[in-house]
Amino acid sequence: MVLVFVDCADGVVKKQSYEVLCYGAALARQQGVAAQALVLGTVADAGTLGGLGNFGVTKVHHLEGNALQHFDAQVFAKTIADAVIGLGASVLVLSHTTTGKALAPRLSVRLGAGLVAGAVALPNTDAGFVVKKAVFSGKAFAHVSINTPIKIVSLNPNAFGISKTDNLAEVETTSPQVAAGRVVVKAVNRITGTVPLAEADLVVSGGRGLKGPENWHLVEDLAKEIGAATACSRAVADAHWRPHHEHVGQTGGAVAPNLYFAIGISGAIQHLAGVNRSKTIVVINKDPEAPFFKAADYGIVGDAFEVMPQVIAAVRKLKAGV
Amino acid sequence: MKILVCVSKTPDTTAKIAFTDGDTKFAEAGVQFIVNPYDEWYALVKALELKEAGLATQVSLITVGLADADPIIRKALAIGGDDSIRVNLDSSDSFSIATQIASVAQQGTYDLVLTGKETIDYNGSSIGGMVAELLDAPYVSLATNLVVDGKMATVTREIEGGEEVAEAALPLVVSCQKGMAEQRIPNMKGIMGARTKPLVVKDPVAVEALTSIYRFELPAAKAGVKLVSADQVEELVRLLHEEAKVI
Ligand SMILES: Cc1cc2nc3c(=O)[nH]c(=O)nc-3n(C[C@H](O)[C@H](O)[C@H](O)COP(=O)(O)OP(=O)(O)OC[C@H]3O[C@@H](n4cnc5c(N)ncnc54)[C@H](O)[C@@H]3O)c2cc1C
Repeated sequence: MVLVFVDCADGVVKKQSYEVLCYGAALARQQGVAAQALVLGTVADAGTLGGLGNFGVTKVHHLEGNALQHFDAQVFAKTIADAVIGLGASVLVLSHTTTGKALAPRLSVRLGAGLVAGAVALPNTDAGFVVKKAVFSGKAFAHVSINTPIKIVSLNPNAFGISKTDNLAEVETTSPQVAAGRVVVKAVNRITGTVPLAEADLVVSGGRGLKGPENWHLVEDLAKEIGAATACSRAVADAHWRPHHEHVGQTGGAVAPNLYFAIGISGAIQHLAGVNRSKTIVVINKDPEAPFFKAADYGIVGDAFEVMPQVIAAVRKLKAGV
Repeated sequence: MKILVCVSKTPDTTAKIAFTDGDTKFAEAGVQFIVNPYDEWYALVKALELKEAGLATQVSLITVGLADADPIIRKALAIGGDDSIRVNLDSSDSFSIATQIASVAQQGTYDLVLTGKETIDYNGSSIGGMVAELLDAPYVSLATNLVVDGKMATVTREIEGGEEVAEAALPLVVSCQKGMAEQRIPNMKGIMGARTKPLVVKDPVAVEALTSIYRFELPAAKAGVKLVSADQVEELVRLLHEEAKVI
């Protein structure tokens, strides 16, 4: 059986979890076994759990308890490992997000199970169990063979896609005995009102070519118009024009949205490392020799201060249907 | 408090990525190697800050690798640290590497193990969590701030769309990223001093790899950019809407 760990925040299923469910279901079909889901902690909406069946799992194991209300890697890892053993799962799938990165290594040790962190495709099972993952910060892939009876795969966000059916899953809620964690959460600060970068389908990003933070309306207006998250180059974050969590690249966040729209960014190799898995890349740069054009799908050689107001106007026109 | 900092040898960020031996090995010829930036800039410098603040008594560096990793550990020692350990094992399996680090951490009774958030070559983001599980210690991943007060640590970590502040007792494992500290440039005194700092080479403990790399692959080349003239901006928006179907 393939067991999918469904990550929630404040009782709401995270977007990446739907993708991981679809991946787990496809993997189960490939192996000719069942796909089931594991949810820890209370969920806000009663219909959520059965609805996970829309994404391909037939059964949802829902575990409740005080110690499961807040994420604690050690507590969660123990609970998930017990579920894997108890249910006899052969593959555990989770998402390569901040939660997954905290859990997967602990689970690997606990279960003696080989882990591929950051998978980008379904495994190849012709000769064993070989999973493709991104390495060298997106500049290459490695096909990694898992050599243990239980296998763990964490999927890179936006690597697989989401498809939905009308199927519902059977839900089983239990309250196991779970010991409290040793890491005590004191505060959670969520940045509200904006699209989290890691979850974004569309990203608009600015570089030093925008000259200063006062010009960021060129990035923000387009982002608002199309519902995108905003990002920036490291040079921009280092200059404190933008907050550090917006910095993408080899030493910042890695993103793989459907659209990465880069304005006034040169496309240094370290920047490309964090964005080159984006499906469509658009580059606006006044220098025709900017390396970013080599990695782009669409581009305009031009001054951002002239081009961007026209892009924003054209998008508004498109959205207004005129 | 004793701190163990994990450092790893990685290709320079501008290195050309290519493979040899039927795509089973990274082509090292002509490639310059560096200390993994997250290990150097954040984990190591944070450890040094804790020592400078009088909170840590000893900062030790550890790497798992063959003798070709010695220059890297010396580079790290030039920035700081009291001594270093290299476990003589060549492996790309995170579990095998974490097992060596956990064994050293246990023997040396370290209170704090710091790693970078991931290496820029294998991008596993796994070593810290595995070490923590092997030590049965709490682990805070992707940390942007760390304050130690006696036997307690307060750590800020990144979560999707925000941050979380948490408290845990030592011994503790923390993976570090941007925000944790500021990159330092080694000075002449540091570079000279690094040559004589202890570097102990240890034999690995027995471990069975859970994974192995079957082969590498380079991404397919892009078809080439479609350039739109700067006076036809609407055409770009039309292409994004109708052809790429992204807006
Ligand atoms: C170890 C290491 C790690 C690094 N990690 C990262 C990383 O994670 N992410 C990252 O982004 N960088 C990283 N860098 C830095 C990287 O090498 C570049 O320096 C950085 O990305 C440059 O940012 P930029 O493109 O915004 O600025 P610049 O390189 O200054 O480029 C500005 C661009 O804007 C264009 N421009 C100027 N004016 C206009 C205008 N009016 N209209 C349109 N275009 C204009 C210019 O032609 C130029 O191409 C790293 C470097 C090192 C050494």
